[in-house]
Amino acid sequence: MANVSEPLKSLHTNPARWLVVAVPYLWLLLFFAAPFLIIFKISLSDTAIAMPPYTPLFQGFGALGDFVSNLDFENYLFLTDDPLYINAYLSSLRIAVISTFLLLLIGYPMALAMARAPTSLRPTLVMLVILPFWTSFLIRVYAWIGILKPDGLLTLFLQTIGIMGPDDQVQIFRTDYAVFIGIVYSYLPFMVLPLYSALEKMDNTLLEAASDLGCPPWKAFWKITFPLSLPGVIAGSMICFIPITGEFVIPDLLGGADTLMIGKTLWTEFFGNRDWPLASAVAVILLLALVIPIVIFQNQQKKVA
Amino acid sequence: MAKSLGPVKRKFSPWTDPSAVPFIRFENITKRFGTFTAVDNLTLDIYEREFFSLLGPSGCGKTTLMRMLAGFEEPTEGRILLQGKDISGVPPYRRPTNMMFQSYALFPHMTVEKNIAFGLEQDNLPKGEIAARVEEMLKLVKLEPFAKRRPNQLSGGQRQRVALARSLAKRPKVLLLDEPLGALDKKLREETQFELMDLQTKLGLTFLIVTHDQEEAMTVSDRIAVMDKGLIMQVATPAEIYEAPNSRYVADFIGDINILEGTVAATESALGAPGTVRIDCEGMAVAVEQECQAVAGDKVAFAIRPEKVRISPDQPADPSANAVYGEVWDIGYLGDFSVFLVRMADGRIVRAAQANVSRLVDRPITFGDMVWLTWPLDAGLVLTR
Repeated sequence: MANVSEPLKSLHTNPARWLVVAVPYLWLLLFFAAPFLIIFKISLSDTAIAMPPYTPLFQGFGALGDFVSNLDFENYLFLTDDPLYINAYLSSLRIAVISTFLLLLIGYPMALAMARAPTSLRPTLVMLVILPFWTSFLIRVYAWIGILKPDGLLTLFLQTIGIMGPDDQVQIFRTDYAVFIGIVYSYLPFMVLPLYSALEKMDNTLLEAASDLGCPPWKAFWKITFPLSLPGVIAGSMICFIPITGEFVIPDLLGGADTLMIGKTLWTEFFGNRDWPLASAVAVILLLALVIPIVIFQNQQKKVA
Repeated sequence: MAKSLGPVKRKFSPWTDPSAVPFIRFENITKRFGTFTAVDNLTLDIYEREFFSLLGPSGCGKTTLMRMLAGFEEPTEGRILLQGKDISGVPPYRRPTNMMFQSYALFPHMTVEKNIAFGLEQDNLPKGEIAARVEEMLKLVKLEPFAKRRPNQLSGGQRQRVALARSLAKRPKVLLLDEPLGALDKKLREETQFELMDLQTKLGLTFLIVTHDQEEAMTVSDRIAVMDKGLIMQVATPAEIYEAPNSRYVADFIGDINILEGTVAATESALGAPGTVRIDCEGMAVAVEQECQAVAGDKVAFAIRPEKVRISPDQPADPSANAVYGEVWDIGYLGDFSVFLVRMADGRIVRAAQANVSRLVDRPITFGDMVWLTWPLDAGLVLTR
């Protein structure tokens, strides 16, 4: 333990080190903890036709008692009353789970091929994966509208090569399928890169050793390659799953009226209904629903390691 | 040096028996990588229960040869026979060979136990049998207390033992060892060399070892193949390789040696005894007792190991003996041996090694002394290649 306490001690005494450690914490405090607390407070308030559209407002410490007594959890109760919200949460989770699975299915072979490619080719392949980021995300999603809409490029293409008759049209736009296509397309680099970095580190002689010991290549993949790439699988899945659950733009632009996602519901409550407190409650629950399982998971991981 | 306590092999020399069938046969093997020829039309026989070493500098093709036997590379030309059967095209996972990798290649996500069991599990052996075999292997390499550890919780020497146990667990017909002891320190390496020899004799396996360490090859092998640029230069027992190298390359590669270029002055053959070759090494006349194809006028090299050269301040009494006069130019004190670099009048240097048999700190011969170097007729060698 002596070697652990040594740097800790100097951390306590050296102000420069304190500063270095404090910067990210200050950042989190300012741009995560403080906004979250504000949102949390709003979620306990009531709507009002006012500016801002909720009460009570903080009137100074003199009226603190009044202020606190006017806060309540009725917005949260309302969320459980109306099945719309629960359905939206569940639907979001469902879309996120399926999308993450599809991303793994498509991203893993890509990452594996990249990791097995000749060393000289790999930087180019990584570049190609990152290349879409050079254009705006929004523009790329709009481009999918152009492709998927009934009289879009996909229909035109299928009609040209003769798979579709001249009067038929592709009915994908404004359905869940379009949402999955948009999500998988947009998040693919976030899945491929962590997988690639995990697979690229793998020592190829391990596969030779497995083969030498009588293990054919397809079995060696599941016994050696996949278990050793698990950190990448977990990282990639987390990086994709969490933002997909709260995704708003893609279902809004590509999804149909019946595509239920919590991000969209949040938007509607906030800007459509101007019900800030309810929208805030939706946001708080979404955050908890995502953070708590991850914290539990990470604790488990620590115990294993 | 530690003495081997296990069984000792005596009179093991199947290669001298013309009726013996080779266990492994490399037949006119050529391997090219693009325009580079790693192995060049090589033919080599290895016999059952032999401890065979492939020795050579890096890039000589020794590892490629071994990888072709394991099945990781296919020969460009030629074929490999194992017990008389052509194994070309058989994938590595169906070959009865197992390899101990230079980097050990232990599976980092599995315990020591699981690593050793891996090969056995591929054969779908019953659970009880696998457990028993793992137990036996752990005992063999003295790692029982470490069964549940992961490779990254072991020392280098322990990892090497796990790798050895894993490659032995399937009782392969041939065990391939790729620079197996490279990562160990000298003491541990010597110990392990003797353990390997014991194991090989005990289990009756055929070992093929790839190494660039000549001492290692000399210690463990029944026979050594010295390789250079994809070719085999000589295949022989360690003693033959050392005492009767067939070329300048082998002589120079194994151990320390004086090589002096010269011309054959005369050859004499006496009845019943090997002939004597007289060589003129640019003004220095030497005589060697050796059967030799060379005739007068041939360009040859005279070679002699330093430990076979005697050093003395006095002129030898016998005028027929080989003798050279020179000045002690430098002395290398190695503890067990002292190596004297003696400079002749024309500037050439001959090395002479003397065992330090007494505990003198001040040696009788020192820098700048004029000395005589002498050696008997059968100490030197004529190298025609």
